[in-house]
Amino acid sequence: MANLTLDVAHLLAGGLVLMSFMLLYQDRLYSLLNVFAAHACVLALSVAWQAYSQNAPHLYVTAGIALFFKGIVIPVSLHRMVMRLGIHREIENVVSIGLTMLAGIGLVALSMVVMLRAAATADPLAREDLAFALSVILLGLLMMVTRRNAVSQVIGFMSLENGLVLAATGAKGMPLVVEISVAFSILIAFIVIGIFLFRIRERFDTVDVSALDRFRGERQ
Amino acid sequence: MMLPFDPAAAVLVIPIVASALLAFLPGYRLSARVNMLASFITLASALLLFNERPERGEFLFVDDLNIVFIVLNTFVSFSASVFSATYIAHEIEIQRLKLPYVRFYHAMYQLMMFGMNLALVANNIGLMWVAIELATLTTVLMVGIYRTHEAIEAAWKYFILGSVGIALALFGTILVYMAARPVVGEGFEGMIWTTLIANVAKFDPALLNVAFVFLLLGYGTKVGLAPLHAWLPDAHAEGPTPISAVLSGLLLNVALYAILRFKIMLAGNSGAIAPGTLMVSMGLGSLLFAGFMLYQRRDIKRLFAYSSIEHMGIITFAFGMGGPLANFAGLLHMVMHSLTKSAIFFTVGHIAQVKGTQKIADIRGLTVTHPVLGWGLVLGVVAIVGMPPLGIFMTEFLIVTSTFAREPGLAVLLVVGLLIAFGALFGKLGSLAFGEPAGSLAPVEASYAPMFTHLAIVLVAGIYLPAPLVEWFQHVAGQLG
Repeated sequence: MANLTLDVAHLLAGGLVLMSFMLLYQDRLYSLLNVFAAHACVLALSVAWQAYSQNAPHLYVTAGIALFFKGIVIPVSLHRMVMRLGIHREIENVVSIGLTMLAGIGLVALSMVVMLRAAATADPLAREDLAFALSVILLGLLMMVTRRNAVSQVIGFMSLENGLVLAATGAKGMPLVVEISVAFSILIAFIVIGIFLFRIRERFDTVDVSALDRFRGERQ
Repeated sequence: MMLPFDPAAAVLVIPIVASALLAFLPGYRLSARVNMLASFITLASALLLFNERPERGEFLFVDDLNIVFIVLNTFVSFSASVFSATYIAHEIEIQRLKLPYVRFYHAMYQLMMFGMNLALVANNIGLMWVAIELATLTTVLMVGIYRTHEAIEAAWKYFILGSVGIALALFGTILVYMAARPVVGEGFEGMIWTTLIANVAKFDPALLNVAFVFLLLGYGTKVGLAPLHAWLPDAHAEGPTPISAVLSGLLLNVALYAILRFKIMLAGNSGAIAPGTLMVSMGLGSLLFAGFMLYQRRDIKRLFAYSSIEHMGIITFAFGMGGPLANFAGLLHMVMHSLTKSAIFFTVGHIAQVKGTQKIADIRGLTVTHPVLGWGLVLGVVAIVGMPPLGIFMTEFLIVTSTFAREPGLAVLLVVGLLIAFGALFGKLGSLAFGEPAGSLAPVEASYAPMFTHLAIVLVAGIYLPAPLVEWFQHVAGQLG
């Protein structure tokens, strides 16, 4: 039984890392949203498994939030927003997919080396969970750096946050997990509303230098 | 003396009640007064903390370290609320802000105070994280309040970078819990400061090291340390000036407080890395970077925002060096910087309003056209660059001398950074304050009291510090390790 617990937890956490890789190379917004919805569903499964194996019923709430809010509400509303903003046909110039994937592999290797060594004394379930979680976080950061569109940046941020939830639920008995996941959901709701209200299309630092000068208020 | 209420709870309850009240109060004059009154009562209850300290609870605690931050926080927020009343009145007059936004602004102001005070009194690393997130969110909303393209971009940038920062800080927090769990057991105990500090010697050092790196990067983003500072100048320049003052004077300190707490924790574990080295290099990097960046600024609020990065770098450097003297100087420098920088922003706010621009090139000869504001700015800049006999001179002198005694090489770099910033700020001040007047000559309706009170405190502190205050700061510096 102990082995099964570990294996299923591994499978789901590893699945989350795989989903993060899939997010990296999506160049259309709709498919990006679909993969993110799947990302959130895998997270919900993983959290639910932790709730079951740790015998911690309050984690089911976190799983429910992940499934309902991040798996359904956010993708659907972003879907609509993309349509309204008229950017659904846009194809993003992702910085060379091959390079991004290589960087991603490097980051995963880095997090394995760091976490497996740092958490050597922790129990194996928590240790490997942390290593996977750090991979998801770093891949989310990588996605935020390589994307220019505000919607895909937000998706990068949400996948990063999924990694945090994975880490928090893997830390056995951690208090405030539900509260923190609610706080994060509020944060994300703010971001999504922000995009919609202000029609932000591009990320904050565009490569257009004239826009930068105007924005910095430094032009004479 | 027994009080009928708990002052630690009061510094939280008053802002939150005031925030709810201000959300519904119509009319700007009334809400500005309520805002001032609420900030004043919060300050009064913060001062009561000296007299009566509440018991350490599961959620809240007050000790010698955070009491300094709380009093500074409530004091500057009170004087900023006085300044804000005049400032906002002018913004309404020129129709830059509409009345519903003003109501929103006042409600957010108090909510931000609640967030910052909660982060300071929290005895729980999770609660502190939530409080800092709340304070960040409210300031994001206030930075974007003018609804101009630039303001929204600044708010968005602040939002995304701030969110990434607090996400990294949360990962660090989780790692701290993981390190604590085998020792103190599962559940709430693993997140309580006082329990963590008491048991830290038995934690796994490797896990603590990784945790500290994430915490330093995460909360360091909020402190504005280079290279994570990108949000700071924009957020300062595009938001209302009272918020720039509060951001520079207070929110950066709150994030620094979080880093300090974790530094104390790491110091208790003999196997962990010395966190000082990381802090020294980030602090020195910020100082040098901001020093050079100061020369290229053309916007007056951005100029002083970079100066804030510079000073947060100095403070982080001092705390990174550690030891009683450097900690003492760092703590005092933080207080002096908060007071001086918010006074400068109060002055700059009025200057930008009367001149109708924030461009340095369009503001000239202030001492001729608006003598009080002009000389106020001169005094503020003289204070912030560390000229004797003002307070910042004394603290910078202490930091430099204590560094010279231990690491002469670092001290040279520190002095170089200080001189670079000195040259930049004085160069800009020359054209701002003196020379042929340019721009509007209209008389200004300003509230001088907050800025001159701050500058007077800085001046007096530079000449004479009361012995009990010195003892108090020395005692706290000793705790910082």
